[in-house]
Amino acid sequence: MSKQYAYYPGCSAMGSSIEYDISTRALCKSLGVELVDIPDWNCCGSTPAHASDHLLSASLVARNLAIAESMDVEGIITPCPSCLKNLKTTSLRMQRKDFHEKVESIVERPVRADLPIRSVLQTVVEHCSPQSIAEHVSKPLKSLKVVPYYGCIMNRPPDVMTFDDPENPTSLDRLMGALGAEVLPFPHKVDCCGASLGLVRRELVTRLSGRILDAAASLGADAIVTACPMCQLNLDLRQNQINRANGTQHSMPIFYYTQLAGLALGQSESCLRMDKLCVSPAKALQQVGAPAQEERAR
Amino acid sequence: MPTSSTTDRFDSNFLKEVQEGSEQNLTRCYQCGNCTAGCPLSFAYDIPVNRIMRMLQAGEKHAVLSSKAIWLCASCETCTTRCPNEIDVARIMDVLRHMARREGLVAEPPVRHMWDAFLNSVEKYGRVFEAGMMANFVRRTGRFWTDADLAPVALGKGKLGLRPHGIKHPDEVQRIFARFREQL
Ligand code: SF4
Ligand code: SF4
Repeated sequence: MSKQYAYYPGCSAMGSSIEYDISTRALCKSLGVELVDIPDWNCCGSTPAHASDHLLSASLVARNLAIAESMDVEGIITPCPSCLKNLKTTSLRMQRKDFHEKVESIVERPVRADLPIRSVLQTVVEHCSPQSIAEHVSKPLKSLKVVPYYGCIMNRPPDVMTFDDPENPTSLDRLMGALGAEVLPFPHKVDCCGASLGLVRRELVTRLSGRILDAAASLGADAIVTACPMCQLNLDLRQNQINRANGTQHSMPIFYYTQLAGLALGQSESCLRMDKLCVSPAKALQQVGAPAQEERAR
Repeated sequence: MPTSSTTDRFDSNFLKEVQEGSEQNLTRCYQCGNCTAGCPLSFAYDIPVNRIMRMLQAGEKHAVLSSKAIWLCASCETCTTRCPNEIDVARIMDVLRHMARREGLVAEPPVRHMWDAFLNSVEKYGRVFEAGMMANFVRRTGRFWTDADLAPVALGKGKLGLRPHGIKHPDEVQRIFARFREQL
C-alpha cells in the first residue's frame, strides 16, 4: 500500500549532499514510500534563522507548510535533521494562537501547521519493519562493520522530535542489522560533531569530529553510517583537515544510510552516487563484494 | 558614573524578558550542572552554560549578553534533553543571541557574519547558494575563507554549488524578510 508524502529535500540536497537526496529517493521508491516534492519550497533558514529570530525562522518554515497543506498528502518528510527540527518546532509553536497569527501575517497566507512531520528515517522504519526490509535484501552487507551515527538532533529534543530514544537511539542500528551489516555499539552516536561552527572555528570542529572518528576507528569499524548531511560533510570532506589537526591518519568512509540500504537492496554504486564521497569507500565496498569498477569511476 | 562592578547589577527586566522570549521558567534551575556536563562546547566557553543560567537568575544582563559562549553554542540540544527540570536551555541560548544582537553586544562577530551571509543568500534566492554565501562571508569578515583548502575537493565532488538554486517565487521569500523587518 503506497502512501504519498510531501518531500522537503532541504538546501544541502541541491549541492553538498546530493547523493543523500538521490539515494533517499531511490530507497523510498523501492519501499513503496511515495515522495512528492513540495513545489517551489524555500530554505527553512536552518540554524542561522532560529539563532537570529524565532519569528523569522517560523515564517520561513511556514511558507513550506502552507504549500504542503495544499497537497493531498499523509504528511511532510525530510531527510535532513536540521530541517526536521525547524519544521517540527515551528509546527508546535504555531499551536499558540498569538504566535500563529504573527506568522500568518508575515507569510501572508493561511497556515494550518497540522500535518504530521517526520524524518525519512522514521518513515522508513515505521512504514517497513526491519524484517520486511530484510526480505527485500538481495546483497546483504555481511562482513561490513559499521557504527551508526545519528548526530545530535535527529532525536533531540525528545518532546519535539518524538522519535526513538534521545540518548541511545536504535532505529539506524536495527535497520543496518536487517541489511546484514555487523553493527557495533557506538557510544558517540548522538554526540555533536560541531558542524555548524565549521566555517568560523575550525579548531573546535576538528576536536569534536576527531573524537568521533577516533572512537569509530578504535572499535574497528569499516565505516560510519549517518543520517545527517551536516555530519556527513563534516566527517567526510573535512577528514584530512581533522587528521592534520589531530595527527591522525583516518581513512574512514562516511556513508549515508540510504546508500548502504540501496546497495543491500541491489541498487548500483553509480546510481547511489558513491563517487560523491570524499574518503574513498572502495575498500568497504569491496568487502561487501561490490564490483571493483569503483576505482575507475573515481 | 558606572564602574565595572555596577555594569552587572541586578536587572529584573532582563530575567523577565528572557523568560517571556523563551517561554521558560528560569527560576526552576537549581544548578545541578547537567547541562554543562553534557555540553560538547564547554571546553571553549568563557562561561559554562549552567553558570549562564545562574547569572540570568541574578539579572547579570551585560555579562551574559556579551559572552562568547552564546555564539559558540552549537544548538545540539544536549542541555535541553538532560535538564531534570525540563528547561529548554538551548532555546534560552537562542533568545540570548537574539538579545545580544539587538543590544549590539556580539562577542563572536564571525559567527554572526556567517549566519547573516547565510540568511542573505536565502533572502536573495529563496535557498542557500553555497559559493555565494562563502564570498559574502569573506567580504563581511575581511578574512580569507578559512576552509580554502577544502575548495578543490568540494568543487571536484560538485559539493560547492557555483550557481544559485533559485526558486520560482523568490519575491515571496523577500516579502517574508521585509514584513519581518517592518515588525521589529
Ligand atoms: S541542567 Fe537544568 S537545572 Fe541543571 S543546571 Fe542546567 S539548567 Fe539548571
Ligand atoms: S545546545 Fe548549546 S549550550 Fe546546550 S549543550 Fe549544546 S552546545 Fe551546549
